Amino acid sequence: MAHLDRLSGNEAVAVAMRQIDPDVMGAFPITPSTEIPQYFAQYVADGLVNTELVTVESEHSSMSVCMGAAAAGGRAISATSSAGLALMYETLYVAASCRMPIVLAVSTRALSGPININNDHSDAMGARDSGWIQIYAENNQEVYDNYVQAFPIAETENVRLPVMICQDGFITSHAVENIELLEDAEVKSFVGTYEPKHYLLNPDEPLAVGPYDVTHYYMEHKRQQAEAMRNARAAILAQAERFEALTGRKYGFFEAYKMDDAELALVLMGSTAGTAKAAVDMLRAEGRKVGLVKIRVFRPFPMEELAEALKNCRAVAVMDKSEGFSACGGPLFAETRSALYDLETRPKAINIVYGLGGRDVAVDDVRALYDRLADIAATGETGPVYSHIGVREEA
Amino acid sequence: MIHAKDIHENSPWTKMTQGGEIYEPATSLLFNTGDWRTQTPVFLEKKCKQCLLCVPYCPDSAIPVKDGKRGEFDLMHCKGCGICITACPFDAIVWKEDA
Amino acid sequence: MNNQDMVEFRWHGRGGQGAKTACLLLADAAFSSGKYVQGFPEYGPERSGAPITAYNRISSERCGIHSNIYEPDYVIVVDEGLLSCVDVTAGLKETGAIIINSSRTPDELRAHLNGYQGRVCTIDANRISRDILGQVFPNTPMLAAAVKVSGVVDVDKFTSDMEESFHHKFASKPQVIEGNMKVLKTSMEEVQG
Repeated sequence: MAHLDRLSGNEAVAVAMRQIDPDVMGAFPITPSTEIPQYFAQYVADGLVNTELVTVESEHSSMSVCMGAAAAGGRAISATSSAGLALMYETLYVAASCRMPIVLAVSTRALSGPININNDHSDAMGARDSGWIQIYAENNQEVYDNYVQAFPIAETENVRLPVMICQDGFITSHAVENIELLEDAEVKSFVGTYEPKHYLLNPDEPLAVGPYDVTHYYMEHKRQQAEAMRNARAAILAQAERFEALTGRKYGFFEAYKMDDAELALVLMGSTAGTAKAAVDMLRAEGRKVGLVKIRVFRPFPMEELAEALKNCRAVAVMDKSEGFSACGGPLFAETRSALYDLETRPKAINIVYGLGGRDVAVDDVRALYDRLADIAATGETGPVYSHIGVREEA
Repeated sequence: MIHAKDIHENSPWTKMTQGGEIYEPATSLLFNTGDWRTQTPVFLEKKCKQCLLCVPYCPDSAIPVKDGKRGEFDLMHCKGCGICITACPFDAIVWKEDA
Repeated sequence: MNNQDMVEFRWHGRGGQGAKTACLLLADAAFSSGKYVQGFPEYGPERSGAPITAYNRISSERCGIHSNIYEPDYVIVVDEGLLSCVDVTAGLKETGAIIINSSRTPDELRAHLNGYQGRVCTIDANRISRDILGQVFPNTPMLAAAVKVSGVVDVDKFTSDMEESFHHKFASKPQVIEGNMKVLKTSMEEVQG
């Protein structure tokens, strides 16, 4: 039985955490994810969960707490943003290589320089190669739904990888919107009881976790991690299927919106997808064949499926909400263009860097991109492959 | 389950444990690190007062203790660092000559 | 997505006046009457007294747009002093209205609104709050005025929902519930324009 409510994205994550009732939370606050441990601390104080809330002095320590708890055999969670995620950087790699199914909620925010508290994806993109599964949300409903699916994905035996559940800081983390919540019992039953095969608190099996790996062994363990990330693909789809059976809400690696006959398409992640859908609807009403692909799962990257979704397009704009500083495009563009390479006939592709540090993107901004794609399709000329929108230029 | 004794430098990645986990204790018994040693300590039992100060100082737990008394060095694990020689107040440990 | 009946609000206030809270309460009220809602603040380096903006979208279908609101139907100005430093009528639809916390009349204020031709409403929220509660909390009167002027939520339903919400919010000090309800009703009566 669904329960209708109106919650911000941060509160939605906190509710999912309460319903799961994990064993340990490593907590350290940072804008815009602070509300998550704040709400959760109240649940702990009110006795609504049995979680051990460990308040620490830094994010390096909050993730270390999670690792200790995971090694002991518990379910461990944390939440962070921006510089906090950066301070976890080392421990993110350790958690992934120790194959610990930790779930981290990230309310994405610009990673400093100059300091800024508003949204973009530069923090999460910095962690994209750390070996964590990364799942992005468009709104409060999606971040809640993704969170509920996270532990079953992470704990799948041939996966055993940590999961980052990302939403756009402030834009969805602080926006109150309607949401359909599951009953507590439904979430508990969906997530199930965690029964790790090996854990430190098992007196019957002495266990060493995270031993030093000399050159003779290191690469084999990385190869295992790579295999686990490939295995995560099936686990993500399997949990999405279970979730759909429970809620009727359908999830996959990405959402293809009005793509069946689309000639012009955007590829993007996060809250701007909702804004872009409004632009698609307006253009569709004018008879234009436009669509978009909203990436939900960035790690593992759905390369073949994305190529298949885009193969009939004439022009594609990939929107990156982080710079990347490759001097030739952002990370989502690099992955998407790589995916297109294997097609016999490829759409023209351009990269748009947008929305950095909270720069707003309105429906008209997205419409203008489709106009640009229409020109590319008509002339066959891409023009500048890599460019920025929403930035002031000299008149 | 994959045991430590079955993992070696020719093991394929599919025959290794996830994350390098080790599911049993005392796996150092499988590895002879004594051959790293360039100098060897000698235990002079007659000079020893059994104060056992050498035991906690040994970084490799290579001094076995039984019934409250230390015994001969475990030379499979002693790396010959000489810390025990410095720690011993009674000169009961010396370097082996012409080693 | 078909959001033909979508109504958009933009709130201008100062940090600490409760504009964001009022914005979220409006979302609550609209949600309670079966609407799809968005309520979100625009965050900057806010400190007490700095101008802040918050937004609402209210419609009978879910709205996926996550941008700020550039052409609102209604603008609510919680602090009259903002008229001289913020372009409060920017993009405001002529078919909509601006609601200003002021002791002045709509006609007196129209000259300060960059030629805005639409409906201008005023309410002396500070006085109402001071008279009834003894302190200046302008956000509840402004919320009531926004509901009354926009008609986005049924007034009776809004009043009963708010009473319930006050009972919840002020469970530990029920003596203030009556005052807040009086503020709400007085504000809906006194808003002019």
